[in-house]
Amino acid sequence: MSDKVFTTPKEALQGLAQDGMTVAVGGFGLCGIPEQLIIALRDSGVTNLTAVSNNAGVDDWGLGLLLQSRQIKRMVSSYVGENAEFERQFISGELELEFTPQGTLAERMRAGGSGIPGFYTRTGVGTIVAEGKPHMDFDGSTFVMERGIVADISLVKAWKADPSGNLVFRRTARNFNPLVAMCGQMTIAEVEEIVPLGALDPDQVHTPGIFVDRIVMTESEKRIEQRTVNNPS
Amino acid sequence: MPLDRNGIARRAAQELEDGFYVNLGIGMPTLVANHVPENMTVWLQSENGLLGMGPFPTEDQVDPDLINAGKQTVTAVQGASYFSSADSFAMIRGGHINLAILGAMEISQEGDIANWMIPGKLVKGMGGAMDLVAGTRRVVVMMDHCNKKGQPKLIPACTLPLTGVRCIDMIITDLCVLEMNREKRRFELTELAPDVTVEEVLEKTTAEILVEREPASIPA
Repeated sequence: MSDKVFTTPKEALQGLAQDGMTVAVGGFGLCGIPEQLIIALRDSGVTNLTAVSNNAGVDDWGLGLLLQSRQIKRMVSSYVGENAEFERQFISGELELEFTPQGTLAERMRAGGSGIPGFYTRTGVGTIVAEGKPHMDFDGSTFVMERGIVADISLVKAWKADPSGNLVFRRTARNFNPLVAMCGQMTIAEVEEIVPLGALDPDQVHTPGIFVDRIVMTESEKRIEQRTVNNPS
Repeated sequence: MPLDRNGIARRAAQELEDGFYVNLGIGMPTLVANHVPENMTVWLQSENGLLGMGPFPTEDQVDPDLINAGKQTVTAVQGASYFSSADSFAMIRGGHINLAILGAMEISQEGDIANWMIPGKLVKGMGGAMDLVAGTRRVVVMMDHCNKKGQPKLIPACTLPLTGVRCIDMIITDLCVLEMNREKRRFELTELAPDVTVEEVLEKTTAEILVEREPASIPA
């Protein structure tokens, strides 16, 4: 069996990072982001990236690191509210931005990874996101066509992997990761634990190993964006 | 006397039904969770991939892998499930969510909503709002009747970029409740907050609205 397991994030990216490429990145806010692969991508020095990711990290973590270093030229996202540097670069015109509704973004990646070049949805009809896109009526309602997304590389974060690349996610850290894994021509998974072959129950696998090309085990910091607690009164 | 935020949330909670799958928007709509009637089971959906959202965690329950769509740490109730963003939005876009309760910056008289972008100012993004208004079976808006400058938010046509077209079924404000009359494509004034008059609502609304019968009063 070919070996998918790499020892460091840097090695896991070896030979893949290229200027101008499209990189899809999993996570929602800072939850379930491939944090160490993002750092390795920054350190590779690639520029002019198109980043497809629901959010843009915060100023000093997640994709915010690649914005700080001006390595991202264009972003495809649904919500970028927590990142002041993003807002500054966008308003000054340094950064291109394609806003895509969150469900449309998830479906675009799922479709791209499934060999579906486009699909119709009701989401966004009559708004600026539908401008210039083909429309079609089905059963008396109007739908807009959205394109599937295929990324040059995809970076995902999972809880557990086995050496064949099967992935299991944990709680809401799953979010976009399974779709991001599907849409990458080359998918790299950063995981908390690599278990022996046979240790994952096939019934419990979330992302089958066919969607994953490389795996690397890392120590995650797992930063929390909004720590909210219920104080027992 | 206009309703406060909790009063608006209490009225919004009356739209819940036992067994409903509900998505609450970020901000004021989250208060609705505090007013779910006892003996009623309501499944809160958080579009980042959780059905069965519970209260905020205690200090020792905090888990960075368990957050809501507002990126706050939360808990999951018994019977909850986790899933990917594609499954989450299949629930929303596929019409499986019974009710969405959202905030708004502007609502037009035909039920268009703008709540995601102020051009040239704040760039945040629509997140899941466009999917929610387009796909959920029923969409209720909770908002102050006027903005911070005192200008009406229920207006003839939205001036801000739209989130969705003709998708709002009900509006609950600090002054009143309005329900969309689908045939006439206008909101109808159905309830008033304590001591608020029809005249006051009309004065603070530039949209054309229907007042076809005596509005009921919202209990204080």
